[in-house]
Parts: sequence; C-alpha cells; structure tokens
Amino acid sequence: MTDRGRQAGTDIEPARPERKTSAEEMRWEEKVLKPALERSPQRQKTFTTLSGVPIEMLCTPADLAGFDYGRDLGDPGEYPYTRGIHQTMYRGRLWTMRQFSGFGTPEDTNQRLHYLLKAGQTGLSIAFDLPTLMGYDSDHTLAEGEVGKCGVAVSSLADMETLLAGLPLEQITTSMTINSPAAMIWAMYLVVAEKNGANWQKISGTTQNDILKEYIAQKEYIYPPQPSMRLVVDTIIFSARQVPRWNPISISGYHIREAGSTAVQELAFTLRDGIEYVEWVKRAGAAVDEFAPRLSFFFNAHNDLFEEIAKYRAARKIWARLMRERFGARNPRSWTCRFHTQTAGCSLTAQQPYNNVIRTTLQALAAVLGGTQSLHTNSLDEAWALPTQEAVTLALRTQQVLAHESGVVNTVDPLAGSYFIEKLTLETERACYAYFNKIDALGGMVAAIEKGYPQKEIHDAAYAYQQAIERKEKIIVGVNEHVTEETRPIEILVIDENVARRQRAKLAELRARRDNARVQAGLQALGSAATTDQNLMPYILECVRAYATLGEMCDVLRRVFGTYEEPAFR
Amino acid sequence: MPERKIRILVAKPGLDGHDRGAKIVARALRDAGMEVIYTGLRQTPEQIATAALQEDVDAVGISILSGAHNTIVPRICELLRQQGMEDTLVLVGGIVPDEDIPALKQAGVAAVFQPGAVTQDIVEFIRAHAKRAASELRGGTVDSQQSTVDS
Repeated sequence: MTDRGRQAGTDIEPARPERKTSAEEMRWEEKVLKPALERSPQRQKTFTTLSGVPIEMLCTPADLAGFDYGRDLGDPGEYPYTRGIHQTMYRGRLWTMRQFSGFGTPEDTNQRLHYLLKAGQTGLSIAFDLPTLMGYDSDHTLAEGEVGKCGVAVSSLADMETLLAGLPLEQITTSMTINSPAAMIWAMYLVVAEKNGANWQKISGTTQNDILKEYIAQKEYIYPPQPSMRLVVDTIIFSARQVPRWNPISISGYHIREAGSTAVQELAFTLRDGIEYVEWVKRAGAAVDEFAPRLSFFFNAHNDLFEEIAKYRAARKIWARLMRERFGARNPRSWTCRFHTQTAGCSLTAQQPYNNVIRTTLQALAAVLGGTQSLHTNSLDEAWALPTQEAVTLALRTQQVLAHESGVVNTVDPLAGSYFIEKLTLETERACYAYFNKIDALGGMVAAIEKGYPQKEIHDAAYAYQQAIERKEKIIVGVNEHVTEETRPIEILVIDENVARRQRAKLAELRARRDNARVQAGLQALGSAATTDQNLMPYILECVRAYATLGEMCDVLRRVFGTYEEPAFR
Repeated sequence: MPERKIRILVAKPGLDGHDRGAKIVARALRDAGMEVIYTGLRQTPEQIATAALQEDVDAVGISILSGAHNTIVPRICELLRQQGMEDTLVLVGGIVPDEDIPALKQAGVAAVFQPGAVTQDIVEFIRAHAKRAASELRGGTVDSQQSTVDS
C-alpha cells in the first residue's frame, strides 16, 4: 500500500493531472478523423452512458494521465481491491448462483427452494410477501389481496419451520430480503436452526436489513428512521458476537436504481448508507473491525455494460479507502466490498418478453466482469408476475452458460487497463465522492433523507429517463422501436386467494394452540426493553420461541417507536 | 370565465412502496397543466374515496404493482359510486395482466395502462374523457365541434 493513499484527505479524490492531448493524437484528429467525419458524420452529436454520462469517441493514454497501477488498481485480493476481492477470483470458485424466490404459502416456496438446489443453484434467497415485509400477519385487514403475492407469507416461527423444512442449514447459505422486520424474521431463522441442531457459529447467510434504502427508494418502512436504525445496530452487534458467519446487512443499491436513479447515484447513496451504518454501530460501542468484515452490499446490473462494470470496480476501491482512511479499520477483511448483484428488474419489458433473456444475459455478464460474489438473474416473465418454474430455470441456465461456456471466468478482471474502462471507473469514483460531500454537508444520510434529498435526486433522474424514452432519445427494443402487435406469448404465475385462506386458518389454529401466557410475557418484556438501550435481539428471540407472531412483535414496537409516514416532497 | 384545470387524484393503494410510476405520472400530468393531488403510499380504498370526494377531482389514477388490484380496485370503484361520484374517471396503472382487465372495466375502470405505457397517452386519455375536460375545457377550443360526454 502506498503512502499517497494515506496522506490524501479521507474523502477527497486525489488530485489528478489535466488531460493533455499528445501531438500524435492531434495529428490523427486533424488529418485522419476530420476528413472521415466530413465524409460520414456520426449517427448522433453526442453519446452518453445509459445514465447520461458523456462518452468520448475514443479513449487514449492521455485519458489516464497520472494513473498509477498500485494506487488505482492494486493486485487482486489487495488494497484497494479494484480488480477483485479474491486473488484468483472465479478460477478459484465461481460466484454463488442465488435466485431470489418466494411465493404463496411456506409449503409452496419450500418446494421451489428444493427444486432450485436440485437444478444446481448454490445458495438460497427468500422473497417475502408485502404483509410480511410491512410487519403484518396474513390475517390483518391490510393484508387482504396481498398474501403470498409478491413473495412467501411468513407470520410466525411455525411458517418459518415449514419454509425451511428439509434444508441443511449448516451447509447452505440463505439470503433473506427483509428490512423493517428483519430482526424478527432473522430470529425465526435462528430458532429453526437451534431446533434443528444447527450451530449458530456455523450457519451463514444474509439478512438485507437495510432500512436507509427503504426511506430512500423502496419505501417499505414501519418505524421512523432513528428507532429503525437502532434495530439495525442491534442485529449487527448481536450477529458479530453470536452468529459470526452471518452477514447482518446487505447495503443495497438495487432498489435505488430500480426507483430510477443513475448508476452514480446508486453507488453513492449505497456507499454513503454504508458510512452511516458504520458510524451508528461505532457509536453504539463496537470497534470497526469487530463488525465491518461482515457488512455486505447489493448492486443492480442495468443495461449499459461498461457503465456497470466501472461501477462495481469503483465500489470496491471507494469502500476500501473509506474503511481504511475514514474509519481506520485495520483488518483487511473490513476493507473489502463483497456484493451480490441482481439484473435490473426495471429493464424488463412486458412487450416481447423473450427479449428479456438477452437483456438479462448482458447484465449478468456485466456483474461477472465486475467481480460479483453472487448473482440473481431475472426471469423473462417478471414484467408481468413472479416467475414460473420454467422461466426461473432458464434464468439459472443463463448463469451456468456464462460460467461454463463463455470463457469470461478464466482470468481475473479481464477489462483492467482498457483506457475506456479505467477512465469510466475514475469518473464514477469522482462523482461518488462529490455526492458524499453533499450528504456530509447535509449532516449525514439520516438527515439527508429527512430533508428528502436522495429521494428528489432519484425522482428527477427517473423522470428524465422516462422523457428520454418518450422522445426516443433512448431506444427500448419492442417498446418504442421495433414494436409489434402481439398477444402475450408466455404463461404467467397466478397466486390465488386460497393462499390467504390457508394462511389465515393456520394462524387461527396457532393462536389457539400456543402458550399464550408465555407469548404475552415475551411481548411485554420486548416492549419494556425497547424503551431502554438494551440489545433487543434476545427479547425478540424469546417471543419467537413462544410462537408470538410477526405482527404481534411489530405492533409492540409500533407502540413504543411510532410509525413513519413520508413527508410530501415536491 | 377562467379555465378550471382538470383535477386528478393519483392514488397508491395496497402495501407496495413502488412509487416510481405514480410519481412520474403525477409529474407528467402536472407538466400537462393538470392539478394533481398525490395521496402518498399505502392508502386504503376508504381513504382514497374520501380524498377523491374532498378534493372534488375529475379523475382518480390508481397505481398498483403488488398484484392486489383484483381485490382493491373494485372496492375503490364501489366506494366512489356510493358517494355519487360515478362519473369520475378511474384509471389504473401498473402490473395488470390482460386477463384481469375485463373484470376491472366491469367494475368501473375506464382504462388500464400496463408496463411500457407512455405518459403522453395517459394525458390525452384524461383530456378526452375526464368529466370537466369534456364539459368545460373543450368548449371554446379547437375541439369545440366535438360532442361532449356529459353536457
């Protein structure tokens, strides 16, 4: 590691020399390029990435003035990890193929999980339905019409037992996309492990648990930001001390991008969220190297191949620098930005759905060339509904073809040294630090969210993108160009209302059968602890063991913490 | 007489928080000169119907991406009817498969805008069909020869 990195300010991009066009380049531009352009001009005046970053026709060594291999890239597995967090990358081990999956009852999803493992998937990823994500039981009035629709319904430990039946919890890693009630759902997973004899020291997986991006983008929040952050801090500290191989948070840009942000906004807001979590956990008394090695990230893979690759490479470099310089982390594992990638759901089109297979393939390629640790590839039918088994199998096959047939896995960071990729990586990095400075000036991410800053930035970008499509400045095949009249050529998955009926019946039976005195005592203890600064995980675990429902636990905290409603930002 | 703008309630029922579409449509309608009231997230059918009445809107645009449209949308239409707003234009946008459209139209929905819809089409549809658009705005414009819907 160089001293230059250490001397630089914590967040300030090191100064770089100006681009100087060489005499040879000037000659080429004047004598070769100019006449060529006169004969046949370019198709359009300017070119940009999908996010609107200008792209020059040609990048040359002049674009990398001051570029330093050791400082800007480093070798794989070494600071600043631009080339990848592992020395051998996919030559050692392929990425984890992890299809996000969940629908209907826990029985339905359990079958799908077993099927995916049999089909060669190497990790599990569970999607919960909206009532679960919002902390309501399946029998709540607000759950009507929503049970099992966008994911699996889980209202209690009994549901979690069914969901995980027959799965070897010490051998597989499980990712759970759950945020506001992450502590409760994670506690259910831990208790199932405990009852199955799986050791908490050995089990591994991820809870998304990223509440900041909920306020920013996905909007599935229950409590106000401050108490929500306390729950996140409690889970991170509990995890570091009791479930050491668990990733207690997946700091997510995916949803920020889906809400319409640019690539740079996705990266900047996600990493700035990461800074916020580190600051909060440190303030709660944990040392940075105690928990930082288990912070994980989650990015989107959108259509623009090079822009995405640059984003992943910049992410690793920036995070390494933040952790080492801003937070003084000494353990190299604290410096690494480990991330999951999902191809862009918002890029899928309802029109000509087979085109989505091609889009997903290119996006997955970007993630792999960008050095992802795990990957979800979307299915062709997801602009319409949750995927059918056939569609999800094709999506998994896409990853397997990339891994075993394309050859892109055979060398580490194959695009390094490309003038264009390196320039784009540096520009992404610079733009990201500019956002950090703005958010720091607003008083940090929680304060910025309360002022509506990231929300407004994303909305403006989303509106500009939509307008560009409507003006045909951006072409989406099958949507605003190459349009055909067609009826939908594919079958889609339908979740019927029987799922809700079955879930309601199971809950009624559970509420009658369990030890209700133990449930009430547990809930009361949780409520009291919430008014102190004790870690809430032990109290939540006790409620779960007593088969208190998700809704009951969340309601106790609703009473203590209050609920959040987004202010109107224009 | 000063022209009264078309008033529209953009509503987000159900539990899903995906408000990208609702906010883009709201902004496009505002840019097209309409008065837009956005309910915010997770409104019940009762809250939406009450807001439509209080705000005296010409149209209600419902954005829903969670798959709960078959349960929620007919209930909103029914509540609007109960409070005498049967001539209020009801539009739905979001992930609604073709199969579900006939039942929604039966329930009182004028149009469903599926993924890939263009905001300009939504603007034009509302201009052409909203009650006040028909009876007041069109009078005196180039379209004045056209017969109006509810005059």
